[in-house]
Formats: sequence, structure tokens, C-alpha cells
Amino acid sequence: MADMLEIRWHGRGGQGAKTASLLLAEAAAMEGKYSQGFPDYGPERMGAPMRGFNRISEEPIRLHCAIYSPKIVVVLDDTLISTADIASGLPDDGIIIVNTLKKPAEIRAELGLEGRMIYTVNATGIAIDEIGRPIPNSPMLGALVKVSPFLPLESVIEQIKKKFSHGFRPEVLEGNVRAINRAYEEVTSE
Amino acid sequence: MARRLTLSGNDAAAEAMRQIDPDVVTCFPITPQTELMHKFAEFVADGEVKAEMVLVESEHSAMSAAVGAASAGARVMTATAANGLALMWEIVYIAASNRLPIVMPVVNRALSGPINIHCDHSDTMGCRDTGWIQLYSENAQEVYDNVLQAIRIAENPDVLLPVMVTFDGFIISHTVEVLDALEDKDARGWIGDYKSTYSLLNTDEPATFGPLDLQDYYFEHKRQQIEGMNNATAVIKSVGEAYGKLSGRAYGMTENYKTDDADYVVIALGSTCGTAKVVVDEMRAEGKRVGLLKLRSFRPFPHAEIVAGLASAKAVAVLDRSVSFGAPGGPVHKEILAALNGTGHTTSIVNYLYGLGGRDISTTHIRTVFEELETVAGKSIPADEVRFIGLRG
Repeated sequence: MADMLEIRWHGRGGQGAKTASLLLAEAAAMEGKYSQGFPDYGPERMGAPMRGFNRISEEPIRLHCAIYSPKIVVVLDDTLISTADIASGLPDDGIIIVNTLKKPAEIRAELGLEGRMIYTVNATGIAIDEIGRPIPNSPMLGALVKVSPFLPLESVIEQIKKKFSHGFRPEVLEGNVRAINRAYEEVTSE
Repeated sequence: MARRLTLSGNDAAAEAMRQIDPDVVTCFPITPQTELMHKFAEFVADGEVKAEMVLVESEHSAMSAAVGAASAGARVMTATAANGLALMWEIVYIAASNRLPIVMPVVNRALSGPINIHCDHSDTMGCRDTGWIQLYSENAQEVYDNVLQAIRIAENPDVLLPVMVTFDGFIISHTVEVLDALEDKDARGWIGDYKSTYSLLNTDEPATFGPLDLQDYYFEHKRQQIEGMNNATAVIKSVGEAYGKLSGRAYGMTENYKTDDADYVVIALGSTCGTAKVVVDEMRAEGKRVGLLKLRSFRPFPHAEIVAGLASAKAVAVLDRSVSFGAPGGPVHKEILAALNGTGHTTSIVNYLYGLGGRDISTTHIRTVFEELETVAGKSIPADEVRFIGLRG
């Protein structure tokens, strides 16, 4: 199980943390990997803190318990930095990727965190520019596979195309693809 | 040729239903089952299946409509969870008593109250004596495989009983994971056509369905029903073997995972078994002789497989995800004790209650259970001693 990658998504209801985790699971499977994607289910409502999870492995995944020590944490909303336990269970070589206007060093100070690696990207700004709506999940997928290249960017884009090929205007699909590409380029480290 | 899919447990059940394309599907939504029927309704709306979908006003009506359609000779499916199953309970019992081979995925969820939408097994354990066959599924793959097998088991002329295919609410129903599905032509060849023995609509050979059956014959009819359930054991095994030849995934009454030489064995059902297998492998690598006995069929109960699976065990933990209030131990624990009664077994058996209302069970929890088993081996454990996993003081 040592080669299994575990990811935790923090977001607020409506930001697409669930969709992102399910989409990532499908993208990983398309690459021939085994994967799981699942959200926390509670009294869901717009704006409430929620979490999504992924497991990705070269071997079949048998675990069906919660994820306690993810290697990567993706934060879709920087107001959660002070309210949710973002760094919970994160190992010493863990990674945090935050959607924010702030720099990684500012996030580190807010979290009071030592070690680990922190990355930031203005995914909401990118989403507004490219998709016309402040939904940061697609660009955060681009940032994620840049920071931790366990999947090629193309496979995430292919999955997005599949997702948005029915019932959406072509501009929405094109906007999402541009947003993923931009976040891939713009995500910054410390 | 297998088709590799990435689906939630609910969508895996719906995919099997798409390939089965039953004559009639009756439906009332309840979390966490709703997405299953949502997906199947899409197949109906898109013309991918020919099934007659009957939308009703309650689960009681969903099972009533299923009983009516099955009596008319149709292949019928429905699905439910938790309080929905509780509401349909009266007709659930009638479906089995009338020997109607209805297949119903049940997404395991805690019964209210207080209100809880997450997984435990109190819903299906509550109707373990309704006369339905019960197959528990570990993951989305098994959900898909069990639904396809359930049709063949239910409709076998030696059985003619309805089947529940259960899987854990949210943990499996709402987790997207990778599975292999059959090609449509293989799945449809496997399912075959259904010709009911009796039909309400066959006026050439009129038959009576669900009549008054008093002191004169009721008892004999129940005896026949007991026989049908007893016959199910051999049918579940032969269907599981045949499915293995078709898919590469054979099934039995249980899955005895590394139990052959095991000193310490955990018995469980559902998604917990996957997590337990990981712990078994970790502890085996450390030189500990541990194993998992996964109950796939709870009704009929797999006595022979349990006796065989526990042959070398010094101590056994039985994990129950539902309560039998006032009884010594949970439903699974009692059945295990009964299965071993009279076999000369001296194994120490400990009952653990866990996971009520969706409380997580982790690899650490299961490892602790195995470690506790090492300390109880050789000791006599009172039948009413229940230990708790993951419960706050």
C-alpha cells in the first residue's frame, strides 16, 4: 500500500470539491490506475465546509475506511484555512495546494505550519476569467497534477471534455480547459 | 472481454439492471439508494432499456407493485434502503411467502431514530427472517456481480425466492471506484429469458395467488418455503462457479481469506472486509497467522464454510454492524455460535459491535481487534460479552 496516493479536498458546498474528487478518480482510471473518489456526506448546503477524498494506486484498492493521512491536501477556499483542520494527518513530506490570492509564505504563517510544501494559485480568478463563474475545482485539478505529476495533464483535460460534452455549451468546455491549463502554469511554490 | 468502468456502487447496480433490463421496475427514492434509481430512470428515458418503470407513492407500494407484477409472470426489480425497507416490510414478507423471485438491491443504512443516513446493517438484519436470500457486497465490483447472479439464483426452480443484494450506504453506494463489467451480449446470455412457472395472466392455466391459507395448509407451505431456502445454498454455489467461468470472478457462500492456517480470524460482512484484508496482509507480513472470513450469503447462512474456515482458529472476532437489543451479542455473532454448536469447537469467540450510523472502522481498529484476540485465546468468553470498536467513553 506504500505506493498508494491519498488526497483530501477541502471546499465549501457549491465549489465542486465532490465533482473534482470524482472526476480525478475517473481520470486516474482512464490512465489504467485503480482509484476511489468519495465525498463526506452530511447536511450539504451552499457554502458549508465539506471534504472530498481520493485514493489512487497501481494495484486494486481494498481499503474502504476514511482517509486520515493524505499525502496531498487541496483547499478550494482560503477562508477554510482558519476554520477547518487543513493540515490534519499531513505527513512531513505532505503537500498543501490552496486557491488564494495570497503567497505560499502567508498561508504557511496562517497555518503556523513547519515542513511540508505549500503551493498557491488564484483558481477563483482564473475561473471567473475563463469560465465566467467562480467555481475553482477545474483549475485546481490543473494545479494538482502540476505539483504532483501522478497523472498527465492531458488525461485530466480528456476527462473534463468527457464531462462537459453533454448538456453544456461548447464555451463552458473550452473555458474549463483554458482554466486547467492556466492553473497548471500559474501555480507557485514558496 | 471485460469493460473497465469507474462507477459508484449505486451506478454499478444500475449498470447491472440496465443489462438485465427487467420487465418491470418499481421505484420510490430514499437516500442513499436514490442515485441508483435515478441512473436507471435515465436508461429508461434514453430508451436504453424496455423496462416498464412504475413510480409509486411509498416503499410499501413499491413492493406491492413488485409483488403484483411478479405474480403476473414478469421479471421484477426494485431497490431501497433503511426506513424504506422498514416501511415495505409487510410486503417484503409476502414476496418471499408467495415465492416471487424479485431482486432488490438494498443500500445499507441506519434506521431512524435519531435520523441518520449513513451505513449500518440494522435495516437488512431487521428483515433477516422474512424469507429473502441476502447477499452482502464488499465493493462496487461485487455489487455488479451479485446483482447479475441474484437473478439466476432467485429464478432457479428449486429456489424461487426473492434476493436482496446489499451494499454499504455511502461507503460503497457513493464511492466511485474501478470495476470490470461484462459485455452486454455476455450479460444478457448469462441472464437468459425468464418464464415464470405460474402467471396471474395465463387464463389457460388459472392459478390462485396469495389465497386464504389457514390451519389446513399454511404449515405445509411454510415447510416448502424452508426447503426452497435450504436449496438456495447449492444454487448460490453453482451460480457463483458458473459466473466465475464467465467473468473470471468466482463466488461462494463465504470468502475465506487466508483462514486455512490462521490462529486468529475476524468475521465480517460488507465493505469492512476490504479494509480487513489489508490488515491481514500487513500482519501476515509480520509473521502473524491471521485471516478474514467474509460472509457473502447471510441467508441462507453458510454453516459448512464457517466450520471449515475456523478449523485452525484459536480465537475469533465476530464484527456486528447492527444491534439485537436484549440478546446476547449481535445477529452475526449469534449465528456463528449456532453454527459451531455441536461441532466440538473450542475456539474463543468475541463479539464486537462497530460502525453504527456510519462510524468509521479503520485499519488501526481492526489491528487492535486481532491483537486482543491473541490475549483471549484459550479463554471461555461469555456469550453476552460485547466489545465496542470506535466508541467514545
